[in-house]
Amino acid sequence: MKNKILLISLILFICFCLVVLFKGLNNSNVYIPETTNKIIKEFKSRSLFSDDEISSEKILVNSDYYILNIWASWCGPCRKEHPKLMELSKNPSVKLIGINYRDNLKNAKNFVKKFGNPYSVIFVDTNGIISIELGAYGVPETIIVNKDKKIIKKFIGYLDDKSFKELNSILK
Amino acid sequence: MLANQIGYYSLILGLISSIIIIPISLKNYPQNNETINRKIISLSFFQFFFVLVSFIGLVFSFINSDFGNETVYNNSHTTKPLFYKISGTWGNHEGSLLLWLLVLTFFIFLFLVKSKSQPKKYRILTLLFQQIIIIGFFIFVLKTSNPFNYLFPTPKEGLGLNPILQDPALAIHPPILYLGFVGSSVVFSSSLAAVVQGYISKSWANHIKIWILISWFFLTIGILLGSIWAYYELGWGGFWFWDPVENVSLMPWLSLTALLHCILVLEKKTILTSWTITLSISTFVLSVSGTFLVRSGILNSVHTFANDPERGLFILFFLFFLIFLALIVFFVFHKNGNHETVKINFLSKETSILINNWFMMYFLSVVLIGTLYPIFLEVLTNEKISVGPPFYNKLILPFLVPFLIFMTFVPYLRWIKSEYNKIKIDIILLFILSFIVSFLLFKQFGFESLMISILIPFTFYLFLITAKDLLSKNKKNFSQKVSHFGFSFLVLSILLNSIFSSEIIINLKEGETFSFQGGAIKFHSLEENNGKNYKSIIGNFEIYDDKNQSIKLMPELRIYNQPSIVTSEADIKTTLFYDKFLVMNSVKNNEYFNVRYQLKSFMIWIWISTLILALGGFLSFTKRLYEK
Repeated sequence: MKNKILLISLILFICFCLVVLFKGLNNSNVYIPETTNKIIKEFKSRSLFSDDEISSEKILVNSDYYILNIWASWCGPCRKEHPKLMELSKNPSVKLIGINYRDNLKNAKNFVKKFGNPYSVIFVDTNGIISIELGAYGVPETIIVNKDKKIIKKFIGYLDDKSFKELNSILK
Repeated sequence: MLANQIGYYSLILGLISSIIIIPISLKNYPQNNETINRKIISLSFFQFFFVLVSFIGLVFSFINSDFGNETVYNNSHTTKPLFYKISGTWGNHEGSLLLWLLVLTFFIFLFLVKSKSQPKKYRILTLLFQQIIIIGFFIFVLKTSNPFNYLFPTPKEGLGLNPILQDPALAIHPPILYLGFVGSSVVFSSSLAAVVQGYISKSWANHIKIWILISWFFLTIGILLGSIWAYYELGWGGFWFWDPVENVSLMPWLSLTALLHCILVLEKKTILTSWTITLSISTFVLSVSGTFLVRSGILNSVHTFANDPERGLFILFFLFFLIFLALIVFFVFHKNGNHETVKINFLSKETSILINNWFMMYFLSVVLIGTLYPIFLEVLTNEKISVGPPFYNKLILPFLVPFLIFMTFVPYLRWIKSEYNKIKIDIILLFILSFIVSFLLFKQFGFESLMISILIPFTFYLFLITAKDLLSKNKKNFSQKVSHFGFSFLVLSILLNSIFSSEIIINLKEGETFSFQGGAIKFHSLEENNGKNYKSIIGNFEIYDDKNQSIKLMPELRIYNQPSIVTSEADIKTTLFYDKFLVMNSVKNNEYFNVRYQLKSFMIWIWISTLILALGGFLSFTKRLYEK
């Protein structure tokens, strides 16, 4: 009898731990550091499809929101979020800007040709400096900037359904 | 390319042999002969062999910088020195899991070969339980963390290994730690098998003790190496930070240490059976939980590897599957009635080992709560907190005092009988001596906390007593004396280190001198240098002490090109009594450098005493081999 009570309470306790850890696993994967409210500094680089150097100052104009998406052709999760970006590019109040992080340019071009190009412009970030300056943690990362060039939200990791919903609610 | 293919298919062959073992073992199990079917041992060898080939395949891919392999691409680079190319094999999630698997399959093969004198059914059951773990890991590796993933088109260059992982101590830290973790899996399977067979007995204890010693020894050394790495490489000037990832290696160690003491009792008398099984199970469960916490990204720590939710999910369910399996086996098969009904005397070794276990369990629960509480709190209330050193100090230090006192007289107790050797005059003398030394220290330096003032004399006392035992002519239980001496020495070194260490943080530019009480720091000049895969800026510093003698220290800033990361390498001058530790960091857009100078007392003794502690385990292990 004593053993049974012990067994049952142990099982209940372990199940409780399982549930908590399971929920914790879903929680902490999207960790958002406090880098919002920062104003984006000017950065320059060449664009993926033309060889001239372009400046962010010339790109970040005439729109309510800008979305900077850091991606690379070698990154699996980028492929996963790509359809979401394609959907996003249909929104006229948003300008989607790609930052191609440490990539082979040929592969990057093939990637966009194969899966579609959601970006209005793609900056080439061969040595990763632009992304580091933006405070990126890894690829992919999505940064929402308002018309004052202020970072208002950051999504680390690929956009899943939940973060995509959140993103859309910000843009409204 | 070829190595990659061979590695992948060899891994699959390994899984196939693991699966084939199960039906053959089940068929062999009820047969009444006393020897295991030879096929089982051969298959177990093949399983190990295939994983070994696969592992070597991965090592070759790393050496040849085959960037068609995703793991190599993510973690290696052509300019990396050969040594780190090889150690890069297990310096990442996929490779380190392959190493787990390699050790798992090696240990079960070793177990089968080395346990011939044990009952057949018990051996087969151990093998079966171990196969469950092995197959779980096979599926985990192949499904979520395949080290042989293919990249096309093949990139020309890799992303490089994180520079702070390029360190000799860290290169061998994971394999050694794994030997400890995986050793505990053998103890886990064997104790479950022994429960099913009703074989929890003196002879089982005698036989499994060697595996407990192996895991304990490697776990101790593994933790030591990790700690050395943190001290020399992270540049924070400490050796233990109560970081969650450090804690998860400490928890199995505490549980295993308790088990090691417990098994000594079981070897003499068939008591504490349920407790021994509980500890065997919990040690391994804690090891796997450690893997879960580190690998799932549920913790935010300097150590965490991948952040793939699928991996975390797999280990989580596998972990709880193992826990439930163990629980069911324990409650269904374990009969508490078959142990000797011997009265345990109050002043016997058994009682004292039980008390030792309570202490270990207390320390374990403190660490467990400190590590898991933030996760639980965040899930339940959405509040983020972090638990730091003050929590552990407050809860552990007060209990260290009775623990130390207790350790001073326990080795004098006898087995079974309630007897205590008469208190001798030298023990009293040592007791008085330690109080005098502490008082003198106190008068000279004054300690800031009451707790430390109380701890110091008792630590000294335990140190003197264990030193006396170690030097005595009676060589009985020599390995235990070595370990206990190592432990008291460790506590003493840590205490003295925390009392006498000091730190100065300033901003300096070239040519400046900073004077402080008892010395000065002079920043002479900067130099630039080129390493194989990094550039470095070296600062020339001179430190003067109060007698105007000086030493030169040259901390470094390394700018790695792949991945582009700046690390600061501390320069450390070690002497017998203190380390002088200097590290510099650049201040952005400024000619000034942030300089941190630390005087760390008795650092080297912390490493040496831990080595002595581990040496005790090693001696006990070799003695047993010798006796056989």
